[in-house]
Amino acid sequence: MMDKPTNNRAWFFVLPVLVLVLFSSIVPVMTVVNYSLQDSMGVNNFFWNGDSWFRDLLNPDTEIGARFADALLRTIAFSFTALAVEVPLGIAIALCLPRRGWSVGISLVIMALPMLIPWNVVGTMWQIFARQDIGLFGAALTGIGLPYNVTQGSVSAWVTIVVIDVWHWTPLVILLSYAGLRAIPDAFYQAARIDGASRWAVFVNIELPKLQKVLVIAVLLRFMQTFMIYTEPVVVTGGGPGSATTFLSIDLVKIAIGQVDVGSAAAMSLVYYIIILTACWIFFTVMTQIDRRGDR
Amino acid sequence: MSLVLENIVLKSGADIVIDTVSLTLRRGVMNVLLGPTLAGKTTLMRLMAGLDRPSAGRLLLDDKDVTGIPVRKRSVAMVYQQFVNYPNLTVFENIASPLRVARLPAAEVESRVRHAAALLRLEPLLQRMPAELSGGQQQRTAIARALVKRADLVLLDEPLANLDYKLREELREQLPPIFAESNAILVYATTEPTEALLLGGETATVWQGRVTQHGPTSEIYRSPLNIAAARVFSDPPLNELAVEKRGGAVITAAGRQLPAAGVLAGLPDGHYRLGFRCDDVTLGGDGTGFPGTVSVTELSGSESFVHVDVGTGIWVCLVRGVHDWQPGAPAEVSVDMHRVFVFDIAGNLVTGRS
Repeated sequence: MMDKPTNNRAWFFVLPVLVLVLFSSIVPVMTVVNYSLQDSMGVNNFFWNGDSWFRDLLNPDTEIGARFADALLRTIAFSFTALAVEVPLGIAIALCLPRRGWSVGISLVIMALPMLIPWNVVGTMWQIFARQDIGLFGAALTGIGLPYNVTQGSVSAWVTIVVIDVWHWTPLVILLSYAGLRAIPDAFYQAARIDGASRWAVFVNIELPKLQKVLVIAVLLRFMQTFMIYTEPVVVTGGGPGSATTFLSIDLVKIAIGQVDVGSAAAMSLVYYIIILTACWIFFTVMTQIDRRGDR
Repeated sequence: MSLVLENIVLKSGADIVIDTVSLTLRRGVMNVLLGPTLAGKTTLMRLMAGLDRPSAGRLLLDDKDVTGIPVRKRSVAMVYQQFVNYPNLTVFENIASPLRVARLPAAEVESRVRHAAALLRLEPLLQRMPAELSGGQQQRTAIARALVKRADLVLLDEPLANLDYKLREELREQLPPIFAESNAILVYATTEPTEALLLGGETATVWQGRVTQHGPTSEIYRSPLNIAAARVFSDPPLNELAVEKRGGAVITAAGRQLPAAGVLAGLPDGHYRLGFRCDDVTLGGDGTGFPGTVSVTELSGSESFVHVDVGTGIWVCLVRGVHDWQPGAPAEVSVDMHRVFVFDIAGNLVTGRS
């Protein structure tokens, strides 16, 4: 057997990264873990509390458990609604974009513009936009007789948040789908034309399968972002009316900072974290499997 | 029974992509389009298929004018250099796809697909997806799809170019008999002279958007009518030499005088371009040949291609066996003046090999 040369100096080079990771992730996460397992009677007065924060949180019969279950369901519903609108819409718009010529650059830039606006600016814009008295959107809807009121109607609030997210992030799906469509060799379209295939058949049998990879990425990114939505509802609705738009992240902040209920909030953030991690892992597994199938 | 191209012109903006092509492609023979990349072979095929409309000229299928008829209403099948299959359909469904569009009864679809699959030896793979096939199998699926359609016109656009050497040889042998029974007009585009010769049939040499010559493949190889056809049909490239004939002698551009031997003897005085292939020259000689230096030697098993810089250009000489000529070594090239093609300044053949 050959002895591999060992050089302990390598640790020295890795050290700065380890220190960085220690302070950026491990210490904060461990602090949260710490809070989630203890109860506090004031500053620096902690005692062991076991898993009771978690048990309360995951039991829908307790007050905090019911609240968590509600917020979780609301967040999942929001993610699915946003994805169900953004993905088909993004693909449809990508299909309509020009394929060549000077108009390509212009259309892509116009499409991408909403993505460049910071979240809280988007929120503020829409907060004004949705007002019944001076907002174009709100006033128009009220004008045609729709019962639209962001601050009082829970349906209005919910729809507004979905519309904001669609407006803000469908461009991402458009750009990804457009790139995927451009990667399909012209020969495929030609072959389909020669076969006499209809436009729908071309979409189902050529474009959609070829878009599979980019769509998985698009869905993954959009799922993560919608599942963590915070800024827009906080700015536009403040989580209301009632708790209609109180998503997990908003509820978390309310519990942690509003009520200073540190133990529950810590347990909640860990569960929240695990849910997102699991979802990402599932997506990642699916994605790599598609990759492997395509490589053969 | 044929496809006739009558003075077909295709313009793209100010550029003339296809310049007045007239061609008759007959049923029952392999019609080869031979030309380098970007010569216009694929463009010609797109015009034949009806994917593009010519700017001028007519297209006649069995004496019927089909110029303006779009591809959907024609009976065309095409195989591409890339392996084009529907990624989400099985091999069976891929082959069946044109028949499904045509709404044929299920039993008919089944029997046609089975027949094509048997010809192309795809039977064990019918339930696989294209991504699970090798390149050769994917291309055989695409060919089967072109076959089941029983189209009047089958266009094969460099179908073997993306396959490895072994598969290419194998499929090239199988293709002509497979399509022979289909009674279609077959058009096969290739960049390789060797492939054209192996396929036989008739060849049209394509050069810069023009058809430079059309006729039986071996005949074009033996007597190209112009220097463009000779260049297209020579691999390694055609060796060329510009000369002037004056009395009983020829004078090269470099000022060398040679006796007007072989096919040159009977020519009237004037300027000519000589073209000859690598197997019409020999390396070495008695001092009367062309001196030069070796620039590259390509070994291909039983033969070596020696590239010799003779001052006016680089000539390729075929030498039997494996020789290790070092770059820079002095070499003499002897040209068999009985085997050269003589072209005039415009590039048209004046006299061929004797």
